[in-house]
Amino acid sequence: MSNKNIIATIDGNEAAAYVAYRVNEVCAIYPITPSSTMAELADEWASKKIKNIWGTVPDVMEMQSEGGAAGTVHGALQTGSLTTTFTASQGLMLMLPNMYKIAGELTATVFHVAARSLAAQGLSIFGDHQDVMAARTTGFALLSSASVQEAHDFALIAQAATLKSRIPIVHFFDGFRTSHEVNKLEMLRDEQIKSMIPDELVFAHRKRGLNPEHPFIRGTAQNPDVYFQGRETVNSFYNNMPGIVEEVMNDFATMTGRKYELFEYTGVADAERVVVIMGSGGETVAETVYALNATGEKTGVITVRLYRPFSLEHLLKVLPATVKSIAILDRTKESGAAGEPMYQDVLSTLVAALQQGKLKQLPKVIGGRYGLSSKEFTPAMVKAVYDELKKEHPKNNFTVGINDDVTHTSLTYDPSYKLDESEWRQGLFFGLGADGTVGANKNTIKIIGENTDLYGQGYFVYDSKKSGARTVSHLRFGPKPIRAPYLISKADFIACHQFNFTEKVEMLEFAGEGATFLLNSPYNKDEVWNKLTGQVQKSIIDKKIKFYVIDATTVARETGMSGRINTIMQTCYFALSGVLPREAAIKQIKKAIEKTYFKKGQQVIDQNFIAVDATLANMFPVNYPANVSAANHDLLIVADKAPDFVKQVTAVMMADHGDQLPVSKMPIDGTYPSGTTQWEKRNISDLVPLWEPDLCIQCGNCAYVCPHSVIRAKFYHKDHLKNAPEGFKSAPINARGFPETHYSLQVYLEDCTGCNLCVEVCPATDPANRSRKAINMGDKEPVLEVEQKSIGFFENISWNDRSKIDFSTVHGAQFLEPLFEFSGACAGCGETPYLKLLSQLFGDRLLIANATGCSSIYGGNLPTTPWTVNKDGRGPAWSNSLFEDNAEFGLGMRITADKQLDLAKQYLLELRDELGEDFVKEIIDAPQIHESELAVQQLRVQLLKERLQKMTSSASAHLLSVCDQLVRRSVWLVGGDGWAYDIGYGGLDHALASGRNIKVLVLDTEVYSNTGGQSSKSTPTAATAKFAAGGKSGGKKDLAMQAISYGNVYVARVAFGANPQQTLLAMREAEAYDGPALILAYSHCIAHGYDLKNGLDQQNKAVASGHWPLLRYNPILRTKNQNPFVLDSPRPTIHLKDYAYNELRYKVLTMTNPAEAERLMKHAQELVNLKWKTYEELATKKASDFVPVG
Amino acid sequence: MKMQSTYMGLKLNSPIVVSACTLSEQTDNIVQMEESGAGAVVLFSLFEEQIKKEESIYKSILSGTTNAFAEASDYFPDLNDFNVGADAYLDCIRRAKSRVDLPIIASLNGITNEGWIDYSKQIEQAGADGLEVNIFFIPGDIRMSSAEVEHRYLNIIDAIKRTVKIPVAVKLNPYFSAIGNMSMRMQQAGANALVLFNRFYQPDFDIEKLMIKTDLHYSESSEIRLPLLWIAMLYGKVGISLAATTGVQTAVEVIKYISAGADVVMTASSLYKNGIPYLITMNKELQDWMKRMGFDSIDSFRGIMSQQHISDPTAYERANYIKILEGVK
Repeated sequence: MSNKNIIATIDGNEAAAYVAYRVNEVCAIYPITPSSTMAELADEWASKKIKNIWGTVPDVMEMQSEGGAAGTVHGALQTGSLTTTFTASQGLMLMLPNMYKIAGELTATVFHVAARSLAAQGLSIFGDHQDVMAARTTGFALLSSASVQEAHDFALIAQAATLKSRIPIVHFFDGFRTSHEVNKLEMLRDEQIKSMIPDELVFAHRKRGLNPEHPFIRGTAQNPDVYFQGRETVNSFYNNMPGIVEEVMNDFATMTGRKYELFEYTGVADAERVVVIMGSGGETVAETVYALNATGEKTGVITVRLYRPFSLEHLLKVLPATVKSIAILDRTKESGAAGEPMYQDVLSTLVAALQQGKLKQLPKVIGGRYGLSSKEFTPAMVKAVYDELKKEHPKNNFTVGINDDVTHTSLTYDPSYKLDESEWRQGLFFGLGADGTVGANKNTIKIIGENTDLYGQGYFVYDSKKSGARTVSHLRFGPKPIRAPYLISKADFIACHQFNFTEKVEMLEFAGEGATFLLNSPYNKDEVWNKLTGQVQKSIIDKKIKFYVIDATTVARETGMSGRINTIMQTCYFALSGVLPREAAIKQIKKAIEKTYFKKGQQVIDQNFIAVDATLANMFPVNYPANVSAANHDLLIVADKAPDFVKQVTAVMMADHGDQLPVSKMPIDGTYPSGTTQWEKRNISDLVPLWEPDLCIQCGNCAYVCPHSVIRAKFYHKDHLKNAPEGFKSAPINARGFPETHYSLQVYLEDCTGCNLCVEVCPATDPANRSRKAINMGDKEPVLEVEQKSIGFFENISWNDRSKIDFSTVHGAQFLEPLFEFSGACAGCGETPYLKLLSQLFGDRLLIANATGCSSIYGGNLPTTPWTVNKDGRGPAWSNSLFEDNAEFGLGMRITADKQLDLAKQYLLELRDELGEDFVKEIIDAPQIHESELAVQQLRVQLLKERLQKMTSSASAHLLSVCDQLVRRSVWLVGGDGWAYDIGYGGLDHALASGRNIKVLVLDTEVYSNTGGQSSKSTPTAATAKFAAGGKSGGKKDLAMQAISYGNVYVARVAFGANPQQTLLAMREAEAYDGPALILAYSHCIAHGYDLKNGLDQQNKAVASGHWPLLRYNPILRTKNQNPFVLDSPRPTIHLKDYAYNELRYKVLTMTNPAEAERLMKHAQELVNLKWKTYEELATKKASDFVPVG
Repeated sequence: MKMQSTYMGLKLNSPIVVSACTLSEQTDNIVQMEESGAGAVVLFSLFEEQIKKEESIYKSILSGTTNAFAEASDYFPDLNDFNVGADAYLDCIRRAKSRVDLPIIASLNGITNEGWIDYSKQIEQAGADGLEVNIFFIPGDIRMSSAEVEHRYLNIIDAIKRTVKIPVAVKLNPYFSAIGNMSMRMQQAGANALVLFNRFYQPDFDIEKLMIKTDLHYSESSEIRLPLLWIAMLYGKVGISLAATTGVQTAVEVIKYISAGADVVMTASSLYKNGIPYLITMNKELQDWMKRMGFDSIDSFRGIMSQQHISDPTAYERANYIKILEGVK
């Protein structure tokens, strides 16, 4: 075997997983950001039969939750397998109970954690140490790696140390910052890995496993007499642990030359000011220390590697005797504590050392917080900390990186302070999520990192939207390893891959003097200058920017690159950036093309070469004038009429300046106003639907299917049109008997994502031109101005009176105001039409418990949120608790509603003399089924409130506080199949079994969509998914039948694309039913792998093939002695494969393993046939064949 | 009895060949075809536009869903490792060649010059014994002259023949102004065989939905007359192999085509209707007929009904038409 070191450019997740996979036999996994990639890679490697260092393929098992994964890990460990798992954040929280057990039993294992924030006032997927700090009491050792190389190395060090010490270890690194940073590293060879894991330790581990051949019992229940002593038995193992880790680190250094210490000191030997820190921030501090000391300062930094067990001796050994002040930086928050955990550990260590005479005097010790949720931590902030340490009375319990203008904890810092960056070439690339910019940049780092002596670093920032998301790639190259885990603030190369960003993003604020600016522009070098805003022109002139343009879109099209601009823009970067000499750079990119397309043949390679050459021929420098010629164009973030909070807070976040918001601007408890997406006007699609009133049959289908509530309909008296602006579209309503009524369909062009579903669903075509429908996609730009005026006019027409609309039909439902609008969901999303319909039907009395997942992200991710209010200020009240507990969370909401309703009734009866017996009776006995009845009840409650406000008794005050509940609340539990079928299944089952009036809407995409397409128990047979790369062989869980088995649960399976009327009926029946209801809603999804404009057709095929039979089980029918099981779709008319093979998730297997694909498809077809047969039988049974409703 | 036939230089044990159809997508079926006595198998067609479309769709799906969102860097495995493009087709050739001895003729349906060249080269490298090129081209552009159309065919044949060494058959359509002359020019361009004829997709309308119906139907024995005519006309006049296809339901059509001059007779619809083992029946019935008629080899009756060999050659031309009409009276 070669001794040559392998150089790779990969991210921290892959670096850690590479080793973890090789030193384990079992991986029990569950996806959670930002650790999912580790589990996905393990699964992918196992499916490719890649072996570990002992020549066996690890058994990778996806579980239903992290709790399940931890239990499986525990079981596998207890029977002697080398076992690992990968997790983060809430996932680690779910593992805590098992972790105590595993540690208490002195069981060797390593959990690899991409450390992430915990959900508190809000969820955050980004990095800090709150999760691992919560695990510090479990007895697991905590080992921290601070870079991609360290994530790789420490995965091995941890494994060796745990086997040697028997103490289980959490090996963690900073989520996103390290887990997702791409960097150049030296990979460990298998023989190196093997040499660190002696066989005898493996045998000892196995020997400790349960074995009926020589049985013992472990996991007893213990009494007060011995539990305490038992707890103390492990002390010596913990005492020995630091020495063992040190020993392993030394062995590792001997083998690789990479030396690590438990507490690693960087700085001058006679440092007076020292920072103690853990994780990637340590790199920033160390680099700043070099810079500060070069100017004569005396600073040092201790980077903590082994945080638990915390070794007093090792810390004291590296602490300079000259130290006068110490700052401990914790990347966590422990509200109410005397200080954050590491601060307290260091402080108590120092006090103990003082008491033991190991320290002559106690230096000043302060603690502070930094970097929560991946908040930037820069050299400027580090300098502020060292400056603070100079003070006579430095601030304790400080924060750095934010402006705390409330409790004044924050240190001020000078953002202009920077380290010497002259050795680096720094590039910033602004692209769209779907335009391949990030992928091309990852490829660039690989090309340069693996083919030259240069070191590269890449970090990628995404916004929170799933459609039209903006990405910013941060690329650095330099002659030495790059230790800069913070964003680029002064780039020498800036590329803008989308021309319209020039009007939306202040990109050139990051440009250094003389930087290169590359713009993908439809305008040529002579035209482009006059198309830029004044600000952009000014920045170019002021900073003497070298400005280049290329029409990458045209070059891509003309060179047969199918309109993909990424290779074109990447070539420009190679040519212009100066990272490599131009000729060498082009040679490298061509070499990379040859490597990438080797399998595709010379023709494809030649085509790419042509594109490279055409790029160079079409990239032009722009000669620009010395003066700004364009008017200053203020970036208008939100309209003037927006509420103050939106202008002062939301708009700042939208403009990418959220870092500048002070604490005082933040809601104290995570409470935000509803309905803020309406202010965003993202304008992400140039093509939008245009309505043709003359052709329209006013069916309402387009409004119904629009995922972003962009299409709305109203009818009104024709007199309204007198004031209509020019171009406002209208048509006489096509209902008989309303000659004076007109109809308008208004498209909110600026909020449209261009998904095309409305056009696909439109049934009306022009007989003279069959390609023209009643709604067609067309260019937005020419009609925008007119339509903006039309929207303003349309908004002033009142929504139609709900009590006069027959919304039992799709046609009628279009006239209901959507209270869910303009979300950041994917273009063509298959989930959001259900939520919009929910908001239209019951929005003004709706409570939503939303499980974490896609729907909680597009439903509740800042800066803007889509759940909104009607003109009366009523609308859905929405909250997200966790992923696993949503059913219980929603049930809690129901219990409150019921309890407060009881209370209200109790007080009403108590106050009946004052309020009047008839009035009280009317309120209590009010029927609240029909809209008209609900409207009357709302008026009654309003009247009640007015009267209560004039009363002074305790009972009246109590009644006033709960009387809103007298209007019937509609409590909906919303989430995806990952929640309902897997992690939240136990809770869901319990909530349904409770018999309480809860409604469950499962947005079933048959896969974990939000985290990237992992298999759930809803994933159908024969489909591939992550964690089921070889095709799912098991069956899909029939959640409907499970719920039906209770007898008193209303159950429906719906697909709005196949039968919108049935969907509408099911939602209304479910809501009207006074008991639990479950609706399984087929939701097409980008994770299915096809153009979502065909989503409705695929829904049709899902039903037509029998994959998704439409059904309703209505317990009310059972009580009327009728068959409650109604099958709403006809017998299958097409084969399953005629539906399935339109989707990449199924098709993939025909490419990877055709024989297995055929076998599974046959099996899947059999399952479909069988299921249909069962349903058909149920649909023909008698009422008495079903469970009676109790 | 000698049932052997030679088709564009390939030695076949039977003149009955399985024409390009989806049955050959399964290697097990090809094995069964050999066991049932097929002389050769023309594999299902590799459609260039379908491959390109699929590749383009996958690329578009992948590029639209990769690195687009912080929580999901992608949704699908890396398709670079997978059999996209022609890989799956080439695998079929390799698998078939590893399991059967009978000649495997690949079928290619291209749209671009590069596609014809590139894929034919890959097909040869995968081990196919021959290549049938299916030039499915409807000159919908009314500005295109017949000469241009003909030129297009000849160019494709020329390009492929410059690329590969395996024999190449051309499946042509019956709508040339001068099929005889065109056949001769195809031969000059390098074609080793002509397959008569391609059944162009011909649409039907659904008058209720005002949509084009896209159903395909099996050929019927009544459809053999046009290919029968031209095989009989061309036999002995072009120096390359002739294959008959369309309308072959039983051994009767096989006998007719060979009598007209076909070197091989292709069928698929009879196998769809009766199953692959029906080849055994067809071979047996062919043999029974030969025995009854006293022919001891396929060669001995090939072309006996061709224009060259019959006593009244004008029967194939206008006079024949007149006679039929008179018969109708």
